Amino acid sequence: MEKKNIQELKLSLAKRKLVKRGKRGKKRISRSWQGDVVLIVFLLAFGAFSAYPLVFTIANAFKPLNEMFIFPPKLLPRNFTFDNFRDLFNLIGNTRIPLSKYFFNTIFITVLGVSGHVFIAALAAYPLAKHRFPGRSVINQLIVYSLMFSSVVTSISNYLIISKLGLIDSPWAIIIPSWGFTLGLFLMRQFMTTIPTELLEAAKMDGAGEYRTFFTVVMPLVKPAWLTVVILLFQQLWSTDGAGYIFKENLKPLSYALSQIVAGGIARTGTSAAVAFLMLLVPITVFIINQTKIIDTMAYSGIK
Amino acid sequence: MRKASLLKEIKSKKVYYSMLIPFMLLFITFTVLPVVISFFLSFSTFDMLNPPRFAGLNNYISLFLHDDEFLIALRNTFVLAIIVGPISYFASFIFAWLINELPRKVRWLFTIIFYAPSISGSAFLLWILIFSGDYYGYLNGFLINLNIISEPIQWLRTPKYALPIIIIVQLWLSLGVSFLSFVAGLQTVDTVLYEAAAIDGIKNRWQELWYITLPQMKPQLMFGALMQITSSFGIASVSTALLGFPSVEYSGHTIVTHMMDFGPGSQRLELGYASAIATILFFIMIIANTLVQKVIRRVGT
Repeated sequence: MEKKNIQELKLSLAKRKLVKRGKRGKKRISRSWQGDVVLIVFLLAFGAFSAYPLVFTIANAFKPLNEMFIFPPKLLPRNFTFDNFRDLFNLIGNTRIPLSKYFFNTIFITVLGVSGHVFIAALAAYPLAKHRFPGRSVINQLIVYSLMFSSVVTSISNYLIISKLGLIDSPWAIIIPSWGFTLGLFLMRQFMTTIPTELLEAAKMDGAGEYRTFFTVVMPLVKPAWLTVVILLFQQLWSTDGAGYIFKENLKPLSYALSQIVAGGIARTGTSAAVAFLMLLVPITVFIINQTKIIDTMAYSGIK
Repeated sequence: MRKASLLKEIKSKKVYYSMLIPFMLLFITFTVLPVVISFFLSFSTFDMLNPPRFAGLNNYISLFLHDDEFLIALRNTFVLAIIVGPISYFASFIFAWLINELPRKVRWLFTIIFYAPSISGSAFLLWILIFSGDYYGYLNGFLINLNIISEPIQWLRTPKYALPIIIIVQLWLSLGVSFLSFVAGLQTVDTVLYEAAAIDGIKNRWQELWYITLPQMKPQLMFGALMQITSSFGIASVSTALLGFPSVEYSGHTIVTHMMDFGPGSQRLELGYASAIATILFFIMIIANTLVQKVIRRVGT
């Protein structure tokens, strides 16, 4: 009976969202066609500014070496080639530490960092969003204040703390601090405030404790929020080079190895282009796949 | 009496505290504590080998009276923040607002185009090729082709171009989380309001924007301001990657790059001094954010 109740509530929630979406895109009255033309031209011009360096990065990866030094430079490759990628894989085969090791290090940091953060932050976001208890408003206020300064401000003392904890030269020096990513907690909390309280009460009547409610009701409902947080943190950890924290060569992440290839100068122009393309590909693909869900979450990012 | 009831309440809600503990431990260790440590270290000299020695206000006095590089960094940071902060903020909003008018598929595409640079990691290094100082630099090639210049210009090595270059690249990178927040916020504005406004005599999109959309978007506007201000005062990696570290005549020096110059792993290891710089930056960011939040709170009231 109660279970059905929850299902129904979820359904009506989904329906409400659908109705809202359906209404969109309707032409409104207060528009002139001249305005529309200006708008399109404006967007195309700035869209080109935004996309040009990225398109160039992608195009370069598929150009043969001689085309990269044409004067004046051309945007698109004339003789499309995979040579740069072949060179990259050859180069990788010759290094002292195989690239797969760097790749594994990055995956290790990214997966543990992201999954640990989502779990820990969601668990804390839930009572902050949906329950009243002494100290709640102080904590909420502190979280907003912490968004007012960037992590560069704390980087020096953070280094001291991380070395005191004995984490230097270990991937945990990157992973554990990433669990405390406050923007992630903030976004999850904002999104959780939209969970209907009736749903939580239904689960309570069903005899579920707070932890069970959290895992079976809250977590599935806020999937868009944790996907958003996954992207934001993923992006950060994926591009980390561990500088200052990881010194052992066999523990260094991918981004470091790739920057070493890029530092190889003119002779490596082709391989660097392939590297830049690969580093770009992953975060953008992840974003493209999840865009709709991310936008759903960001709608609740506001500060009231 | 009141104390006892508070204790009782805390006890009855202990399950919530248990959920909070893991995150709060991390938050205190890696966010709250570092701010406090920086603050105290800023009144000391500390080289990590010997324990910190109390130095009073010496670090702050040296920064403002004897450190010309810091004054350059301070000036550059404010110039960058005052230009990049507002422009990137308004650009994020204007682009989000404009694409909100488009059909869903097109809007989806433009969201990716505008947002992609901010998540593209090291792709901004391509700007090095664009501004490269030889004939192969794309900008030089372009200008020589148009006969605007006859000799290639050393863009990244000429002090007067340093800040404009950082501004261009930083703006290119700046349609980030706040842009997404605006795109999303605009979609939640109730369409009924627009219909009602049209009946009430709203004539064009500007009136609609000012009277309906902006007041409805206030929470996102505040969140976006926070993100843009924080990042524009923290500009560093674009400067060091494009202009080198240190840049020619410190033309691209910012508060953060100056701090890195004294931080762990640097040649002039002096953590008390670096902490003083960090503390100054902390207060600059907090004050700028608090002021702007107050202004935005007034929108539409």
